[in-house]
Amino acid sequence: MLDAPITELSASLRAKRFSSVELAQASLDRIASLNPALNAFITVDPERALADAKAADALIATGSALPLLGIPIAHKDILATAGMRTTCGSRMLANYTSPFDAHVVDRLARAGTVLIGKTNMDEFAMGSSSETSHFGPVRNPWHRDYVPGGSSGGTAAAVAARLVPGATGTDTGGSIRQPAAMSGICGLKPTYGVCSRFGLVAFASSLDQAGPLARTAHDLALLLNAMAGHDVRDSTSLDRPIEDYARMLLMERDARPLAGVRIGLPAEYFGAGIDPGVAQAIDGALAELRRQGAITVELALPNVGLSVPVYYVIAPAEASSNLSRFDGVRYGHRAAAYTDLADMYRKTRAEGFGAEVRRRILVGTYVLSHGYYDAYYRKAQQVRRLIADDFRRAYAQCDVIAGPTAPTAAFRIGAISDDPVAMYLNDIFTTAANLTGSPALSIPCGFDASGLPIGLQLQGPAFAEARLLDVAHRFQQATDWHRRVPTMAGNA
Amino acid sequence: MQISLTDVYRIAHLARIEIDAADAEEMRAKLASIFGLIEKLVAVDTTGVDPMAHAQEVTLPLRDDLATEPDLRERYQAVAPAVEDGLYLVPKVLE
Repeated sequence: MLDAPITELSASLRAKRFSSVELAQASLDRIASLNPALNAFITVDPERALADAKAADALIATGSALPLLGIPIAHKDILATAGMRTTCGSRMLANYTSPFDAHVVDRLARAGTVLIGKTNMDEFAMGSSSETSHFGPVRNPWHRDYVPGGSSGGTAAAVAARLVPGATGTDTGGSIRQPAAMSGICGLKPTYGVCSRFGLVAFASSLDQAGPLARTAHDLALLLNAMAGHDVRDSTSLDRPIEDYARMLLMERDARPLAGVRIGLPAEYFGAGIDPGVAQAIDGALAELRRQGAITVELALPNVGLSVPVYYVIAPAEASSNLSRFDGVRYGHRAAAYTDLADMYRKTRAEGFGAEVRRRILVGTYVLSHGYYDAYYRKAQQVRRLIADDFRRAYAQCDVIAGPTAPTAAFRIGAISDDPVAMYLNDIFTTAANLTGSPALSIPCGFDASGLPIGLQLQGPAFAEARLLDVAHRFQQATDWHRRVPTMAGNA
Repeated sequence: MQISLTDVYRIAHLARIEIDAADAEEMRAKLASIFGLIEKLVAVDTTGVDPMAHAQEVTLPLRDDLATEPDLRERYQAVAPAVEDGLYLVPKVLE
């Protein structure tokens, strides 16, 4: 039953073909059998899941038509959940249980979802492979010797392996879209400010945004409908009229449903450094979009190649400030032995943070330190503006920008884990949407020669989520890449 | 870009993260490679470009100055490493 997308599960629940308790139990059984090989979950709470499901069944019996009622989901372990630990994949928070729920956690609970557990991730969301977790690396359901992408790799693996039909992730530089691409599922980073960051443990506050991962564009729209909304507890949460993100998907159209949609193809996304298998899959996807009536427009984003350097100044700078709160005083790990207060801070933070988190804090501390602020941080903010201007000009010529989500399919576990710069270059096509604050999604569009999935990224101007989801949905009506089932190959 | 071991110890001190001698050289080498990537920004002409601090070009809203939070001290302190009489305990700072 878990092979079906949320839209079908929801219809089956309402038709009483099975109950929410049976669906939750199927999810728990599948986690018990497959999670030891995938390590997608850090925490699973069967008791709470079955209690949530029982409550959902009672509401279904009254005829409630909430679209997510009784659907099992999971949250990335960076979103605070009262009564269920929130570790951020870190030793620092290995035993931390939040006194409150994140806003998006609360919203999805009110929508009637059934919380199964919390998914594994790169420590504090700092990574592109889900290898840096204190709880061990996540494995790709298509081949367990490969990474699932990151940092929301536990969520991506859980959704791809049909452990849950949908789950949350967070995206600071590509952490929803890149693992969605590498695990063969769909993932959406909303416009900055659409989902409240309250209860999202902060990494880089001007870039962080929560969003859904699922197996169809339609499911993404339903999850985003529940997650989006104004929250006074996040000063950057936008107070906008409520939007139905599925509205364009349900419109009846003829055989050319994308007629008139202008799809921009930046030269910079189709150049050197892209795996030939990825390039071929993207070309195939563009041919399908054209067949449905879309017009492709060639354009240029001259500064987009600077996105990764800009990101690796701004994100570590904000992280060094945000992560200063982990000092062993109010929550989290405290070193067992120390000589004085300063020594307690130093030892607590050296023990509590893994190597990549320590590196990023040091990079951030350096770029913000006296004498370097103008050379690095201010400079990066200026180039951020140049990149945003490139996109503004591009959206005068097109409605959507298409290209690969990542330059390659998934790589082997351990292949680049000792080379931070090689790891960072995975984010080459994804960081710009965070810097500009605009929405972007990834959907499956093919496989490389090794049978590993490839993602198509669609980006749009601020608040273009419904348009992006519509293009993705029309693509999925005519293709079956999103229906392929992972092989669980490999010997890991 | 050159990053020295002295730089590593200096920023580790500012960040309040202990670095032992065995790890310092590896940290230095990896920071140097990261700054090699970041250095690409130096050559970009940004004369007259207004820095972009945030994706939203809006003024942050101000709320009325009213008490909106209930007293959550007990719930917040339940997850602290060491508390006593409603206070967070740290090693003695003044003798």
